[in-house]
Amino acid sequence: MAGALIPLSKAVNGSKLVISGIEVQGVLRRRLLDLGFVVGNTVEVLRRSPLGDPTAFRLSNTTIALRREESELIYGTLIGGGNE
Amino acid sequence: MESPHVIKGTDAMDSLLPFAKKLADKGAIRDEIVSGIYGVSAGICRDSVTYKDQQKLASTYKLDQIVTSKIWGFPIMLAALGLVFWITIAGANYPSGWLASFFGWIEGYLTAGFEALNAPAWLHGVLVLGLYRGTSWVISVMLPPMMIFFPVFALLENFGYLPRVAFNMDRLFKKSGGHGKQALTMSMGFGCNAAAILSTRIIESPRERMLAILTNNFVPCNGRWPTLILLSSLFMVGGAAAGALHTLSTALVLMGIVLVGIIVTLSVSWVMSKTALRGVPTHYTLELPPYRRPQIWKTILISSKEKSLNVLTRAIVVAAPAGIVTWILGNLMVGGDSVLNHMAAFFDPFANLLGLDGFIIMAFILGLPANEIVLPILLMGYMSSGAMVDIDGLSGIKDIFLSHGWTWLTALNMMLFSLLHYPCGTTLINIYKETRSMKWAVLSAVIPLGIAIAVTFAVAQAARLFGWV
Amino acid sequence: MNPFTIAFAGNPNTGKSTLFNLLTGLRQHTGNWAGKTVITAEGEFTHKNHTYRAVDLPGTYSLYSNSADEEAARDYIIFEEPDVTLVVLDATSLERNLNLALQVLEITGRAVICINLIDEARRLGIGINVKAISKRLGVPVVAISARSKIGIDALLDQIERVATGAFTAQPLRISYSDEIEQGIAELIPMVEQAIGTRYPARWIALRLLDGDDSLITSLKAHMGRTNFSAAKEVVGHGVTACH
Repeated sequence: MAGALIPLSKAVNGSKLVISGIEVQGVLRRRLLDLGFVVGNTVEVLRRSPLGDPTAFRLSNTTIALRREESELIYGTLIGGGNE
Repeated sequence: MESPHVIKGTDAMDSLLPFAKKLADKGAIRDEIVSGIYGVSAGICRDSVTYKDQQKLASTYKLDQIVTSKIWGFPIMLAALGLVFWITIAGANYPSGWLASFFGWIEGYLTAGFEALNAPAWLHGVLVLGLYRGTSWVISVMLPPMMIFFPVFALLENFGYLPRVAFNMDRLFKKSGGHGKQALTMSMGFGCNAAAILSTRIIESPRERMLAILTNNFVPCNGRWPTLILLSSLFMVGGAAAGALHTLSTALVLMGIVLVGIIVTLSVSWVMSKTALRGVPTHYTLELPPYRRPQIWKTILISSKEKSLNVLTRAIVVAAPAGIVTWILGNLMVGGDSVLNHMAAFFDPFANLLGLDGFIIMAFILGLPANEIVLPILLMGYMSSGAMVDIDGLSGIKDIFLSHGWTWLTALNMMLFSLLHYPCGTTLINIYKETRSMKWAVLSAVIPLGIAIAVTFAVAQAARLFGWV
Repeated sequence: MNPFTIAFAGNPNTGKSTLFNLLTGLRQHTGNWAGKTVITAEGEFTHKNHTYRAVDLPGTYSLYSNSADEEAARDYIIFEEPDVTLVVLDATSLERNLNLALQVLEITGRAVICINLIDEARRLGIGINVKAISKRLGVPVVAISARSKIGIDALLDQIERVATGAFTAQPLRISYSDEIEQGIAELIPMVEQAIGTRYPARWIALRLLDGDDSLITSLKAHMGRTNFSAAKEVVGHGVTACH
């Protein structure tokens, strides 16, 4: 499935993506940019919380957790990892 | 010279923003600013930072596979909480007893001194039985558990565990309309609700921040821990249990109390977010920092110094005057009985419905300035009303309670009331300052009080209905 | 002589508090509270012949006023004008951490950048060319480990140089796109006319372009206060948080 454009919320654990777009405005957008969710940056999907959400992501050598509401607005191109 | 310039400046400033907005309208300027900065940092890092092995970096997060796993995530959280309680109870028991005996020993000399000087009884009463006892009780009951609990908790915090708790529990907070970081502000509440109110600033959204403020009281703070620890250790654990088993059961009871607090927090958040604080959950980002070996001794030293100073200050500032006031109320006779007894008798019928008694309600009312003094006020109230028991160590305290007709239900409901009732005066002031709203400050006292009354009422009535007491 | 004021800025979890504790030891007060990351602490330390008043700002990811904490940190750096702003970075995630350093440098050149956890970074195989970074940023950069007490003296020496004015910075100035630069150029004269040259006009212009209303509110509040030397009050200023 490498090369597919999907929201981060759809990516399975272990997959890696290059961020291609962020469909959010306002404060959240700036916060995401602050944290390194910038177009062109690579993100790895680490794991889901025991209750299924939020999800932990690895980027710029830091680990950031986002809820589905946020991660489904960030799009990326799959570049590897994951089993699907 | 300066002021005309300032006035002109303020006007000019007002026009600046619209002008800037007009300029910015041309494109997606905001993004470009941040990406501009981000590009520069990325460039600097490309030139000056080399990574031998990205995998090694990620390995600092290996522990998360267990700590946030489906199977172990929640059991580990409970175990960690239980362990902190266990260490606190096991470690604080003896020092508390020693301090109580030590202060009792000094009190003997003070009393002897007053007698030698032929001081009037009221002076001895106000200064020794009121001021000195109130202060020394607060210190002996508060200081040891606080000096153990907070360093241990700080170690857990410095290790990086708390964000994992927030990560694990976020779904629950989201379902109840709150913010995952509420778990962090709640952890802060274990230390001090008043400080935790300030810590809610880490929650960006005003609505969710308000939820965190309103419910923070349901986390037992600094001033309430010792009451909870003492009562559960004296009453909740069967007499047969001794030693390590006793400590363990006490820890379990405390955990139960904390879980009740969490359930109430989530329920109140849920109800509020469906009614007065309606709205969609706002955005959520949480960093999970790498685990780090805490600096054990430094952490222990700093946090126990901070805590002991805190306890001592509160003991002097709040407990000392409260001790004097209580002694006076307990010894000022009106119509053949003390004012304190009159007041307690007034509250008795109502308190009875809640499984408490009038003295307990009195203690909670007089204890509004600081939760630390509720228990000392209660003891003093009991002791001034006859039955003079010499408190020698902690077992004496139980005898006082028993002689006033306490059962396990009284203890349980006092614990529940302590957990749920209004926050202390300082916290309420902070809530007012942070929200700038009298309405919310009042609500944050009234809502918990209502819940405390409802819960203790239900428990008392149920226990009596089923004939458990 | 008045002590120099050192503001500690940094991302959350960078070991900022560890460094703060190391320098100020037990001579600090946090207003009786248990929290370590949220409530601003103050303390004192001495190095060589100078006394420093250390102020621990809330840990933030940026100074773009996304939260009350960020506003408080930003307002302190702008309005209290500390003698040195010490930016503490985490060596293991420099890329993200540098953002904050760059934002601080846009406000003030009186800054020292401190790359903390350098021992941890080495252990993890991260190589950091401190000299190169310092050259790019134009302010002193020191790699330290507050935990293992590595590089602390060197850091204090650099703080001294900046505090006493022995070192004059040429802080990195980020060049934005033409469009932004043009906007900045148009705004700077207006900003200077409105508020004088006391505050960094370029930075304020940039924030205005970004539509940062809260900055204007803070500016007004501080311009209204004729007595600027009242140093204590500002920390609490982010408090009006429930907008």
